[in-house]
Amino acid sequence: MGNLLSLTTFFPLLGAAILALFLRGDDAAAQSNAKWVALATTVATFIISLFILFGFDPQDTGFQFVEDRDWLLGLSYRMGVDGISVLFVMLTTFLMPLTIAACWNVTHRVKDYMIAFLVLETLMLGVFMALDLVLFYLFFEGGLIPMFLIIGIWGGKDRIYASFKFFLYTFLGSVLMLVAMVVMFSQSGTTCIGACPEGVTGLLGYNFASETFPLFGIQIVGGLQTMLWLAFFASFAVKMPMWPVHTWLPDAHVQAPTAGSVVLAAILLKMGGYGFLRFSLPMFPIGTDVMAPLVLWLSAIAIVYTSLVALVQADMKKLIAYSSVAHMGFVTMGIFAVNQQGIDGAIFQMLSHGFISGALFLCVGVIYDRMHTREIDAYGGLVNRMPAYALIFMLFTMANVGLPGTSGFVGEFLTLMGVFQVNTWVAAVAATGVILSAAYALWLYRRVVMGDLIKESLKSITDMTGRERAIFAPLVVMTILLGVYPSLVTDIIGPSVENLISNVETAQAAYEPATQIAEIQE
Amino acid sequence: MISADIQVALPELVIAVYAMLGLIGAVYTGKDKVAGALVWATAAVFLACAVWIGYGPDETRVAFGGSFIDDGFARFSKVVILVSAALVLVMSQEYMARRDLLRFEYPMLVALASVGMMVMVSAGDLIVLYMGLELQSLALYVVASLRRDSVKSTEAGLKYFVLGALSSGLLLYGASLTYGFAGTTLFSGIIEAASTEVPLGLLFGLVFLSAGFAFKVSAAPFHMWTPDVYEGAPTPVTAFFATAPKMAAMGLFARVMFDAFGGVTGDWQQIVAFLSVVSMFLGAIAAIGQTNIKRLMAYSSITHMGFALMGLAAGTAFGVQAMLVYMVIYIVMNVGTFAFILSMEKDGRPVTDIDALHNYSAREPLKALALLVLMFALAGVPPLVGFFGKFYVLRAAYDGGLAWLAVAGVIASVIAAFYYLRIVYYMYFGEEREALDKGGNAVLWTLLVGSAAVMVLGVVNLFGIEPLAAAAAETLVN
Repeated sequence: MGNLLSLTTFFPLLGAAILALFLRGDDAAAQSNAKWVALATTVATFIISLFILFGFDPQDTGFQFVEDRDWLLGLSYRMGVDGISVLFVMLTTFLMPLTIAACWNVTHRVKDYMIAFLVLETLMLGVFMALDLVLFYLFFEGGLIPMFLIIGIWGGKDRIYASFKFFLYTFLGSVLMLVAMVVMFSQSGTTCIGACPEGVTGLLGYNFASETFPLFGIQIVGGLQTMLWLAFFASFAVKMPMWPVHTWLPDAHVQAPTAGSVVLAAILLKMGGYGFLRFSLPMFPIGTDVMAPLVLWLSAIAIVYTSLVALVQADMKKLIAYSSVAHMGFVTMGIFAVNQQGIDGAIFQMLSHGFISGALFLCVGVIYDRMHTREIDAYGGLVNRMPAYALIFMLFTMANVGLPGTSGFVGEFLTLMGVFQVNTWVAAVAATGVILSAAYALWLYRRVVMGDLIKESLKSITDMTGRERAIFAPLVVMTILLGVYPSLVTDIIGPSVENLISNVETAQAAYEPATQIAEIQE
Repeated sequence: MISADIQVALPELVIAVYAMLGLIGAVYTGKDKVAGALVWATAAVFLACAVWIGYGPDETRVAFGGSFIDDGFARFSKVVILVSAALVLVMSQEYMARRDLLRFEYPMLVALASVGMMVMVSAGDLIVLYMGLELQSLALYVVASLRRDSVKSTEAGLKYFVLGALSSGLLLYGASLTYGFAGTTLFSGIIEAASTEVPLGLLFGLVFLSAGFAFKVSAAPFHMWTPDVYEGAPTPVTAFFATAPKMAAMGLFARVMFDAFGGVTGDWQQIVAFLSVVSMFLGAIAAIGQTNIKRLMAYSSITHMGFALMGLAAGTAFGVQAMLVYMVIYIVMNVGTFAFILSMEKDGRPVTDIDALHNYSAREPLKALALLVLMFALAGVPPLVGFFGKFYVLRAAYDGGLAWLAVAGVIASVIAAFYYLRIVYYMYFGEEREALDKGGNAVLWTLLVGSAAVMVLGVVNLFGIEPLAAAAAETLVN
């Protein structure tokens, strides 16, 4: 099983190729075939990926299942997973079958839709497994193409504006990262991230120069490391998205079809957080040290500001999109606290947000499929006709708020605890976000589900079908399971996170005395 | 002695003799009736010569007292020139025949232009350089106005000629200054004169020469002719302009900079970097407002030349390698894109308005997909091969100490991405309109899908182009 990771990554591509080459026509039978092939492919991918999870040894903090082949320009095709990435791989393979099942009602260009999602799955999986700088970039950027098409072809009324904004925004962030990658390649002579061949120091262990230098009259503290950190930050902050570069997300979410929103919120946003953990922290510890306060405050602002913005939204998807930005604020805050609770909490929060926000977008999708509107005002009193839906929506609203017993609580609590040790003020500000999130989420729930069913158009609405219940069931299980038994996750990520933090701290500890000595000498 | 010299320049001679025999033969036989056969024959000769040059002896040979150089760099460029010229010829045959444009002069002029280009990349002397350049240019002026009864086409030819003459003047002025201060027209002599310190006159010569080359590669601020000529010339001719002559001009630019001014890299680096950054931004911004796909491709080519110049600006062997790889990728993308543009027709009439692409993907899914791939490749989005071209030149620029140029380049590429996305938007997100004709001929289809496939599959190893370009760059720089 030496190629397990490649098999997982490229299996969806195989399904896409089968669809592209062998499926003809656009009648009902062909559409149904396309859906079944896509579903079967994603389920099979999930089953294959289970082998990764079961074969994974959490105590080993290095990369596992490593594959290595030469590629052009001194690059290499290198894949591997460690404790930080393995659960993101699982999250992706777990959510994709649900996503495919969620677009069962699509009738417009079904085959192309399925191919786009399968290609997207390959690219997303690649991001979490790539151990070569350029290979990572390939997968990271490549994901833009199918997502651009998904929003643009199957999106809502303003889909064109949203798709262009999505593409150009993220592209601009990423090209700066590309320049940084070129610099790293030139400085270190390798693009290998970890698990490198004999005699090569991977980028994870490479010390980039951190001497302060002037640039246009400004002293850049942390030197090259800070510059590289900023370039990566440009990419990951847009992808996360962090305030104030989050504005593409509400547009993209509102216009994207339901399944597109699910993938966007549940998986694509996590690439930013993963990038911080894989690149920014371990490769530029000094840059992190210099810039961490900025990130902490940006996160705190994001949490409070976007929660307030979410309060006034009239569109359900937009509200959930803003709530996503707020929740991602907890993630960035936790990551840049650089301690065990903070990072454990951040990863936990990302995974749990993957389930919860995915489920919330699916909840919107359920009623959108019936009423074709996302206006909150168009609903009210759904509990009378849709009791099962009311229950499910309630559960995920509570999880979104961070009710203890759901996975949402663990992530928020851990990140707040981590940040509290580093910066009490940020933690205090961010904690108010928890209250605000309760305000907007519960208010949304009240307006949509509670009250009397007075709207004429809603009188004949039907409750969830068996297919819809089946989609939500795994998400319900995961949300509650992780809520009551978080060690499932922390046991796997713990050792790798510990290793990451000790590396960062060692590098930072070595830096501080050196600068002090330099200052004394001056 | 003379036979050894001729041996070195034999491929050029073969094509030149072929072109002249072809002209005479066609005049005395069927004239335009044999034009179709001549197109295929010329393409075959090109390909045969490309194979011959490609598999020729792997050594540097100098002929005619150092004024003609046949090294790895020249051979690499010649193969690219010949193959791309052959592809464009093959692709134009059906289009021109149906529009009554297929005159026997067309393939012959292309052949003569190709000889000029081959001489350009092999030049070791300012005179030879100018001869090659003018042979190429004169042939191109004529083919630009091939559609004699069209105002736009003749206008294109005339504009190209007038501005081309101006640039030749600049170039000649530079050459005469260079000759005056170096005392020789041989590159090997100039490099000695300009080894450490450049006399002011030589510096002026360098600047004027660079301006002339910038005109030929259509780098801003010497790009003004490009959009008009691209728009006015018949589409197959535009396709030709966008491919082989660009490679030749780039090759010549690199040849002169390294062989004649290799000792004063720092002096021309600034010029090339300036041309590069201006071209990238001008091409990217000016293309946004274009509605004619040929004009759009003109601005796109200006941007791409900016990127290729970024490799040259690095002033290193790796930079030249990056430039060569970039040019090859650029040409493959352009051949595919122009194959598509040639097939854009409504009721049998050519259409160049990008508005016509509305909802194209619903009718021609495969062609639309191929163009989608090419557009993303042109935009430099991974995992398509277009990205690797960018990655190479960015790396070369950074290694050459031009980090600012690399940053400027990626920002320009984001701006440029907008208009490539716009074409994708028309094809995939657009509304129903009256349709372009379906179908199209097999050659165009093959080239379009083929180049899209190259863009996807090349990610594995770039079809082995990398070591070849590296070897070619080595011979030039050392």
